[in-house]
Amino acid sequence: MSDTMKNSDPKDPTETAGLHVAPSPHIKNTGTDTQRMMIDVMIALLPIVLMSVYLFRLYAVKQLFICVIACLASEFLFVWMRGKAITLSDCSAAVTGIILALSLPGSAPWFVGVLASIVGIGIGKIIFGGLGMNIFNPAMVGRAFVMIAFAQLMGAGSYENMTGLVDAVSGATPLSALKFNGLTMDIAPLFWGKTNGSLGETSTAACLLGGLFLVIRKTASWQIPLSILLTVSVIAGITDITGSYSGVFLVHHLFGGALMFGAFFIATDPVTSPLTAKGKWYFGLGTGILIMVIRLFSGYPEGVMFAVLMMNAVTPLINRWTSPQPMGEA
Amino acid sequence: MSLFRFKGFPGTGSFRHGIHPPDNKALSYESKVEVMDTPETVTLPLLQNLGVPCKPIVKSGQTVRYGELIGVGEAFVSAALHSPIAGKVKKMKVVTLPNGKRLTAISIHAEGEQIPPEKLWEEMTSKDWPRDCISIYDPLTIVKIIHDSGIVGLGGAAFPTHVKVTPNDTRMIDTLMINGCECEPYLTCDYRLMKEASRSIVTGALLTGRAVSAKEIVICVEDNKPEAITKLREATEQTVIKIAVLKTKYPQGSEKQLVQAVLGLEIPLGGLPSDVGVAMSNVGTVAAVARGVIKESPLTHRVISISGKGIKTPKNLFVPIGISMGEVINFCGGITQDAARIIAGGPMMGFSFSDLTAPVTKGTSGITVLTHDEISNEQETSCVRCGRCVDACPMNLVPTRLALAARYNNPSIASQYHINACFECGCCTYVCPAKINLVQLIRTGKRLVAAWENR
Ligand code: SF4
Ligand code: SF4
Repeated sequence: MSDTMKNSDPKDPTETAGLHVAPSPHIKNTGTDTQRMMIDVMIALLPIVLMSVYLFRLYAVKQLFICVIACLASEFLFVWMRGKAITLSDCSAAVTGIILALSLPGSAPWFVGVLASIVGIGIGKIIFGGLGMNIFNPAMVGRAFVMIAFAQLMGAGSYENMTGLVDAVSGATPLSALKFNGLTMDIAPLFWGKTNGSLGETSTAACLLGGLFLVIRKTASWQIPLSILLTVSVIAGITDITGSYSGVFLVHHLFGGALMFGAFFIATDPVTSPLTAKGKWYFGLGTGILIMVIRLFSGYPEGVMFAVLMMNAVTPLINRWTSPQPMGEA
Repeated sequence: MSLFRFKGFPGTGSFRHGIHPPDNKALSYESKVEVMDTPETVTLPLLQNLGVPCKPIVKSGQTVRYGELIGVGEAFVSAALHSPIAGKVKKMKVVTLPNGKRLTAISIHAEGEQIPPEKLWEEMTSKDWPRDCISIYDPLTIVKIIHDSGIVGLGGAAFPTHVKVTPNDTRMIDTLMINGCECEPYLTCDYRLMKEASRSIVTGALLTGRAVSAKEIVICVEDNKPEAITKLREATEQTVIKIAVLKTKYPQGSEKQLVQAVLGLEIPLGGLPSDVGVAMSNVGTVAAVARGVIKESPLTHRVISISGKGIKTPKNLFVPIGISMGEVINFCGGITQDAARIIAGGPMMGFSFSDLTAPVTKGTSGITVLTHDEISNEQETSCVRCGRCVDACPMNLVPTRLALAARYNNPSIASQYHINACFECGCCTYVCPAKINLVQLIRTGKRLVAAWENR
């Protein structure tokens, strides 16, 4: 209807005939739109959400609830303050909320989730101009903020203090245990997720299931997760061999941390990753290297968040370096 | 699709990127070409091609025969104009073509005895187009006849054909490519022509090949037209002509993409096929060349396809150039209740228009009428930098960057990213999940760049 109404000149024969003119192309792919992409992401997140609720019970429900509501409210508030059209219907704020919640420890108190949401949406996204204009992944901006502001509540200790949790998932996260105490776990709980960690990162199985759905739907690129996983495998594999861990180190670094969740759901955010296929390979390579550098050489057991944020910062550069050569350009 | 094999040519049978829109050719695929009666009047714009207008040589009130020259193409890049009917010349008028150009036109009112158009079509479809005594025609004579017959590219771009085939010492032509890809959704006029008048295409191809002294002649067809391929195979037996069966993908029929697909060559940025030793003509164009040379009749009629879900009975028609769009549409039963957009050409690159008195010109390949369901009027949202436009662009450009440069009035970025290499195929807009009309922004960008370069 809106198109027809633009032709308001009464002498225009197109109006009487219910016809209107517009520039080519006249057909568009009806299969996708931004909202549909976001809904895809939510569908892909479902196995992870279910797994986190199964593992962490009310902690997970509470954290998800807080973050989604806070993200939607922040988006509404900030967009309204900037006097722009309300953009909640593209569902991107809801997706940010879910991803943020899943990247927090279940024990984090309510104000951590709320502040992370406000910072993530407000500073991470709306200040840059809203969806599509932001340089950094909003969920990771929010998480980085609370991680620094509330180091106590977010550090390795936060995972161990979760009293009242299912027995299987109390205690240190697999990567902390390995890094600080040299303790190891079997591969089965690592893969299925019966371990401790941030809400969404423990279950490799759930992340793979959702991630493959995204890749098959072409909502997420396959190059980014593949190149991250390959890079991490190579670096962790070499460390494993040189340190004679007989595979334990590799398995922990692949399945024991936020790697799967990060590779499929955080690094693949189209807005903050490169445009071209080649750029996506470089992005994945860089993210993989940074993850392992942080995990191996810094005080933190986990490096996915900072690695993605750093690569977000160089994405404009990657875009420039990998700008495609037009056909026929010598 | 996986069984696709491309043999005998250096290319791969396809090109990089591109899209697969539903082709919807079934609507008019099986409709045999019908011949329309001579209309009461025809309107012939003095410029129906790229280049400069022709000069009218008839006066109001004068009677003209069928095929009489009424406008001469004096400049090199111009084409002659002939009357497609017998009748009386009326006063000149100004018409608006679907592409928005306003042009002076000669209109002719039918009068006296007409040559039945059926006869012209029978000529086209007959089996006795020569294939072996082509060498009696001197290349330069062929070029001259092409020029005198007013032949332009019938595929849509309408570039005067004699310009392409005029021998040029600095650019030798190795290969003549005859384009029968017809990659635009809905359109089936070239398909029907290949199926029903394959012999005239073959003769025309041989003549054009002789004009450019091509070593090789290749007719290129997409693999979604098996019956046309069979017919052409029969018609080209014992000739030097080869048939290249290409993967069905949009925009396979675009010059640069086709050269890449068949010959594996890249036409340099801003260059022409002749830069890599290729001349390219549409199947309809070479059929017109055959008519011009063998039957000595100028370009006065063409096949167009009238299709789309918004047309009552989609058809392929043989019509005189200059007939009004409205008459042609009425002949197909008119438009349906839910028709939303009338397009000259196909839905990817055609021009939508509303003035049904506009004439069919030499470059009109068809009329597509889309319904409300088909045209998307979804709200535009922000670019999410998903890169799908980059993965779709057959020219390997970065459409989102070009569009943003246009939106934010930045011609230097636009030209740095080769905005002028974009040929407005529409693939980027087609795939964009944010429903941004990238092509439209890029058109604006090109104007910005032009103004900026002329500062
Ligand atoms: S396809 Fe659309 S949303 Fe995706 S990068 Fe291109 S312009 Fe942006
Ligand atoms: S319209 Fe231009 S930019 Fe868009 S896909 Fe076609 S050539 Fe590329």
